[in-house]
Amino acid sequence: MPSFVIAEKCDGCKGGDKTACMYICPNDLMVLEPNAMKAYNQEPDQCWECFSCVKICPTQAIEVRGYADFVPLGSSIMPMMGTEDVMWTCKFRNGLIKRFKFPIRTTPEGTANAYPDLKGKDLDSGLLSTEEADGYQLPTPQTV
Amino acid sequence: MALPNKPMGELKAVRDPEVEEREVDILIVGGGMAACGAAFEIKKWMTEGQTVLLCDKAAMERSGAVAQGLSAINTYIGDNSPEDYVRMVRNDLMGIVREDLIYDLGCHVDDSVHLFEEWGLPIWKKTEDGKNLDGKKGQKMGTLKGGAQPVRTGKWQIMINGESYKRVVAEAAKLALGDDNIIERCFIVELLNDANNPKQIAGAVGISVRENKVYIIKCKTMMVACGGAVNIYQPRSVGEGKGRAWYPVWNAGSTYTMALRAGAELSMMENRFTPARFKDGYGPVGAWFLLFKAKALNGLGENFAASDAAKAELEKYAPYGTAAITPTCLRNHLMLFEMKEGRGPIMMDTVTALATLGETMDKKELKHLESEAWEDFLDMTCGQANLWCAQDCEPEKKNSEVMPTEPYLLGSHSGCCGIWTSGPDFDWVPDEYKIKHNGKVYNRMTTIAGLFTAGDGVACSGHKFSSGSHAEGRMAAKEMAKFARDNADFTPTLKETKEELVDLVYKPVRTYLDNCEYTTAVDINPNYLKPNGMMYRMMKATHEYGAGTATFYQTTSKNLEIVLDLLEVMRADCEKLAAADLHELMRAWEIYHRLYTVEAHLRHIQYRKETRYPGFYYQADHPGQDDENWFCFVNSTYDKATNEWNLKKVEYTKIIPD
Repeated sequence: MPSFVIAEKCDGCKGGDKTACMYICPNDLMVLEPNAMKAYNQEPDQCWECFSCVKICPTQAIEVRGYADFVPLGSSIMPMMGTEDVMWTCKFRNGLIKRFKFPIRTTPEGTANAYPDLKGKDLDSGLLSTEEADGYQLPTPQTV
Repeated sequence: MALPNKPMGELKAVRDPEVEEREVDILIVGGGMAACGAAFEIKKWMTEGQTVLLCDKAAMERSGAVAQGLSAINTYIGDNSPEDYVRMVRNDLMGIVREDLIYDLGCHVDDSVHLFEEWGLPIWKKTEDGKNLDGKKGQKMGTLKGGAQPVRTGKWQIMINGESYKRVVAEAAKLALGDDNIIERCFIVELLNDANNPKQIAGAVGISVRENKVYIIKCKTMMVACGGAVNIYQPRSVGEGKGRAWYPVWNAGSTYTMALRAGAELSMMENRFTPARFKDGYGPVGAWFLLFKAKALNGLGENFAASDAAKAELEKYAPYGTAAITPTCLRNHLMLFEMKEGRGPIMMDTVTALATLGETMDKKELKHLESEAWEDFLDMTCGQANLWCAQDCEPEKKNSEVMPTEPYLLGSHSGCCGIWTSGPDFDWVPDEYKIKHNGKVYNRMTTIAGLFTAGDGVACSGHKFSSGSHAEGRMAAKEMAKFARDNADFTPTLKETKEELVDLVYKPVRTYLDNCEYTTAVDINPNYLKPNGMMYRMMKATHEYGAGTATFYQTTSKNLEIVLDLLEVMRADCEKLAAADLHELMRAWEIYHRLYTVEAHLRHIQYRKETRYPGFYYQADHPGQDDENWFCFVNSTYDKATNEWNLKKVEYTKIIPD
């Protein structure tokens, strides 16, 4: 389904340095209408339902309604992002609700080790930088 | 409150954009797994004073095929051997693969997986008594690098909690490269050859999708890695659901088109992938087959894949069809056979599978199992989870239909189309697999000097998936650093002027502005065509004539002639594409990229006089495999000056024994 923006909840990220959904959408669908200061999905039939906009929205103003051409109305799935887990609420058309919690990362955001000080030594070998640092030996295949 | 009911257009395009000219040593085009791998690796091999730039059409945090997340890493060698990895890929792709590229990748992929875990990607672990722990609880077992055992589903795949997979990988990539060396929302649309050597790369031109700006970037060496091609055929969905492509809907064939227009040789573009997935939602089936041991049933309730008739059919495609693991295309072939014989629909028997597993499990374990089934969707295909909710489908109570999708082109999943590249410079690699510049071999370099690729871009070596694409991006990055070192005195020179390049990339905007006032509705005008209209024209033609779902993936020599004629006219009509705003300008260039890519695909199908991949496509005039004449690669080049395609056979060399 294409994502949709709940008018009452969207404030156009006016307090932030960027419109979050517009920043993140991988397909450039979410745009800000500057007069109303509200975002909207400009091309719903190109929406992958990746939920990137839903997950990033600081005011939980974005949800998804299933694709009109094959999804019955009345269901919803909503993620709630934490720093370590995501909590999903899945609501069935018949009212049944299921909740699931899954880990999303095991380290604090922003701390991925990019090995900024690692410098490769032998540019002509077949080894990647961290492999070289580890003393990895490239195998040679058994050939025909 | 009603927001404006206009289809697009917050960021109006203007006739004369700002131009930003840059010159760097190394340019990375793309932002997905391969480009993130390159971004992580490149600076570790650059010397003082060298410069690098990455251009991503979207935002790296959620761009590319892993934007939504993944529930598994499909390639982790672990205790297996790279030789066995080659054997698996070779069999799945019906024998014709580049074994040097696959073996080489198999030697490096685990290093990337170990980095992912260090960066914070939760990876499931096995306990000593064989139980599964999720990626958080599993931390107590230690790391994969330290010897902990992953949870395997099949021989090559390991389970993860991958909702934030891309965010984690992009974070490391951005930290390694530095924000100053990254331009997001910059869509590179055309590669530029050197003025003094048309077989060498010298730069690229692109557009910003946020401001009226054209980027002209010169470089000594470049990697192009922008994914595969999606929505080149009419999808099974007819409306909004067109967005629910199995592969990311924003993959526009840019990798293949930009490379072919720069003169790079393509290979095996006839190969395609039409995955069998849960119908409409396109949720993954792998975990259902491998983790939950579910069976696919035909409309009569029969496990058709295990029948004697299926075995007899597979024997026609020996040795691939009779191997322990049936190739993906042949699994589709069996499914299509049932459907065509009137024994559809194909149903995944989730009810029996979960009931059988439940016989040996307590309530808590069952609850966990149910959660795993839902996570498989929620981590990577949220829309499928919503579809189950909307259909009131609980998998323990109701089976779900499985259907092969519309065709996709890619080189990293169970497909192998792409760009012909050099293998590594080792003694065991045949000379004909090595591409040199000034006498030196550069791994993953295309036939255009200085132009590299990775991930979906590298032909003849599928089954890399996310981890392999990342590792391959790193491999290509190191080779680019080598190229930049060896060619430090090369001064990239463009033959096009700044004005010519702006004219080229902003042509759709000017066409729009010159003509839009002629009619009362901007989308209907005899003097131009909007990208959306051209997309529908392409989809209709490929769907009907080019072995789309309309014909159960079948085409004929005559149908191919028709569709190729139609595509030539479409490419000519692209001269009249019109874009009113920056989003539409992006779409104009995307449809342009899609058209060339699908034409390459169909020209390859036309050239190969056999049906190498039954289940993916059928050339009805040449059914079955013809090993005597066609056990070879098909390579092609395109000359943009003359609009000529050239196709040829290239010999296959077996490296790894059976």
